[in-house]
Amino acid sequence: MTSIAKPQIPLLTLERNQLGLTIRDYSGSMSTLCAGCGHDSVTAAIQEALWGLAIPPHEVAKLSGIGCSSKTPQYFDSAAVGFNSVHGRMAAVASGAAAANRELVLVGVSGDGDSLSIGLGNLAHAIRRNVRMLYVIANNGVYGLTKGQFSASADIGSRSRKGEPNLLPPVDPMLLGLSLGATFLARGFSGDKAQLVPLLKAGLSHGGFALVDVISPCVQFNDHEGSTKSFRYVREHELQDIDADIIPVRGQIHSEQTPGAATEVELHDGSRVLFRAVPEGYDPRDRVRVGTYLVESARQGEIATGLLYLDETTPDMHQVSATTEERLWDLPFERLCPGSAELAKFQASLR
Amino acid sequence: MAELAPRRTLVPIPVTDVEDPSYFHKVVDCQWACPAHTDVPQYIRLIGQGRYGDAYLLNRKSNVFPGILGRTCDRPCEPACRRGRVDGDAVAICRLKRVASDLREDVSWGLPRAAEVKNGKRVACVGAGPASLTVANDLMPLGYEVTIFERQQQPGGLMRTNIPAFRLPAKVLDEEIAVILDMGVDIRYGTEISSMRELLQMGYDAVFVGSGAPRGKELELPGRHDEVGETHIHIGIDWLESIAFGHVTKVGRRVLIIGVGNTAMDCCRSSRRLGGEDIRVMARRPRQYFKASPWELEDAEEEGVRIVVNHAPRRFIVEDGRLVGMEFDQVEWDEGAVHSKTVGTVRIDCDDVILAIGQENAFPWIERDLPLEFTSPQLAAVDELTMQATLPGVFFGGDAAFGAKNIIWAVEHGHQAAISIHNHCQGIPVAERPAQAMRLTSRKMGLTQWSYHNDYNPHGRQEMSRVDLKRRFERLNLEVELGFGAEETAREVQRCLNCDIQTDFQAPLCIECDACIDVCPVRCLTFVRPDWADEDELRARLNAPAENRSQAIFVSEALPQTGRVMVKDENLCVHCGLCAERCPTAAWDMARFELGIPYAGRPAEVG
Repeated sequence: MTSIAKPQIPLLTLERNQLGLTIRDYSGSMSTLCAGCGHDSVTAAIQEALWGLAIPPHEVAKLSGIGCSSKTPQYFDSAAVGFNSVHGRMAAVASGAAAANRELVLVGVSGDGDSLSIGLGNLAHAIRRNVRMLYVIANNGVYGLTKGQFSASADIGSRSRKGEPNLLPPVDPMLLGLSLGATFLARGFSGDKAQLVPLLKAGLSHGGFALVDVISPCVQFNDHEGSTKSFRYVREHELQDIDADIIPVRGQIHSEQTPGAATEVELHDGSRVLFRAVPEGYDPRDRVRVGTYLVESARQGEIATGLLYLDETTPDMHQVSATTEERLWDLPFERLCPGSAELAKFQASLR
Repeated sequence: MAELAPRRTLVPIPVTDVEDPSYFHKVVDCQWACPAHTDVPQYIRLIGQGRYGDAYLLNRKSNVFPGILGRTCDRPCEPACRRGRVDGDAVAICRLKRVASDLREDVSWGLPRAAEVKNGKRVACVGAGPASLTVANDLMPLGYEVTIFERQQQPGGLMRTNIPAFRLPAKVLDEEIAVILDMGVDIRYGTEISSMRELLQMGYDAVFVGSGAPRGKELELPGRHDEVGETHIHIGIDWLESIAFGHVTKVGRRVLIIGVGNTAMDCCRSSRRLGGEDIRVMARRPRQYFKASPWELEDAEEEGVRIVVNHAPRRFIVEDGRLVGMEFDQVEWDEGAVHSKTVGTVRIDCDDVILAIGQENAFPWIERDLPLEFTSPQLAAVDELTMQATLPGVFFGGDAAFGAKNIIWAVEHGHQAAISIHNHCQGIPVAERPAQAMRLTSRKMGLTQWSYHNDYNPHGRQEMSRVDLKRRFERLNLEVELGFGAEETAREVQRCLNCDIQTDFQAPLCIECDACIDVCPVRCLTFVRPDWADEDELRARLNAPAENRSQAIFVSEALPQTGRVMVKDENLCVHCGLCAERCPTAAWDMARFELGIPYAGRPAEVG
């Protein structure tokens, strides 16, 4: 909480995007999270990504479940529609929203509890269906809202604030995604927006389910000595050797095209991801190699970050299901609900 | 950690030294711009709390004449005010000063008192204007015997003779001057000093010259001296003085004022009150090059005065020994108004002309064979720090020192001269100046509670109510501005951004969580790798490029986790304290900066 709302000071220096909007046009209400929460930086990064890509604020749907992270959609893009679902069910609601209106830009924000414990089943199937959305896991390894118990993403041996070690193995959303056929897997760190914002922009431009795991330290319950998700630990153990940049088709292009990129992948909307540097033999489109790299780096105690895996060839939910191109609310009632005579005819055809 | 490795050779980080009083002082733009360094944000807060007497005394400590200055100050603080950069309109600092003065309760307990025991040192002051009065104000409490020689029958100097009573009522002037004189100053009215040599022989331990810049500039054009009998061409400051002492009570219907400084504004508005109807202020250059303060121009225009630009005076037209008009060249200026060309000539009929084209110093009474050097025929060589002339023991201040400035500069000269006189009389080198002091005290009361009002108030600058135009000219000395009422005051005090409540950063505590950077409403914070080539590159690399070079950049020492540094652009910070509220480790704090200013015989103190 803060004592005052953010002053709206008329600033001439605020940059405008292609829609003529400033970053303030993508803001929400003041955060009520603890001071210094990593999630606030994730919020700021999402805001910057939406602004940078010049996505119309009202064309965004913000979705979340329950938890500290799930409060954050309140804190960005007030012009968007939003749905705060029951615990762990955000992915299911998102699938429904995507089915009803394929033009919405879906931004889901969830946490390690909401996604990897209670909502794991929902997450898994949204990945399998390749629902076109940006799915952010603000991952801090603890249940902050209930006073800091270990979550499903806590590393073995990571210690609680009282010094107790975690004994259970973690769910790594990146490895989980790989095994389920995810098409976009990235990991970032809330303390490094220079890397996180391009990852989110790439995820928003991706043609399927873009899963971005953001290590987002809990300053209250998991930022101490012995924690493996503290600011200091992440900074000391972060591997940033997968260096990717996005050249969006829409929005503003800040970086000049990087020459000599190792790998280039075109995204669904025509944007391109340039992998400037990857480890020897690494191919971000090769599931087996990526899996090996993730397991290897985890075993070394390192946290691999960057755009880890990208597949633009797998069809998304709409393509697989051959759904209509139109938004459901644009369809005339007769087409949306053809009536009992048509139903009887259809049933007869199955007899 | 690859991303965090420096890309280039590390340069030594120019870590900002916040222990140097001038760093945070400069952030308080108004206080920095004020020649006397009045603690503006603090007195505005005191006014907000209804502590008018305390606000008055705080003002008085540095500027000695809050009531006078609250009406007449040149307000160098207002163009400097951060609020002007934020929403275009500075806080009405000067008007609030007047509020403190108008509404003050009895403050006699806090006024200076003469020392009971004299120290045996005698100081002579020439002229009873703001500079000399400040010298007396500072020295009387130390036991000095101060004598002021004044050629008029009343004290105040230019404050009385050149500022019309409709802007500064005599009551305000008398009250504030009396505080000083009543300490037992030996003031000799009607005494004009005619020889510096004689004055020096009178055995004073120090001499202070605060006699102003008393000579109005002449405009030698054809016809200037062609009138027969009573003249209708007047020198502005002399004319204003004659009005002040009741020697002039009327003026012709059509009046031309030559010049567009603040004196010209006083002349045209006085003309309006003495019977002038068609009053024109004639300017050679376009409006943006005028010397007059914008608000004085507006006040004049409100009263029906016409401001005519691009007219260069050519000659006075005198027919039958009587002034009937003036001839002007109509000019056009190039970009920047450096060169002009004449495009026509025009005659403007008038009954009176008032020349207000500047003032000069004149010291006919200082013998040039004294070991007191002059840098020009009009100006003595005066040290800018000590105010001492080349003859030890002789000091200058106010307009007498460096030419016409304003009251607040005169006050500051007086303070500095008093320090020098004290040094001189105690056998300490005058160049040995007492140091300033500073103190930072946290304003934190709780997790999100501060002992200052940190919310940004979007109200616009409050308008001053004035006497209705129909009634305004009834009496020559009817004060035009009515002062702020309770509502205007309440709104205006909240427009102040509390720039003295500083963002105090402790680098060792920072965990680089980005919270402050995300929350800052003006994007003035950035983490930067310490590998910039020069300040220009650093300024360009910030989240919002720091383009205002006149405003400082704060650079922290290296941060513990990544070795980056915290950089803050001071330019637009609104001191809302959100960085400190969102900081999980209290690396940011909001702390009040107090500047301790030394005065004669009183070392700098804070608190």
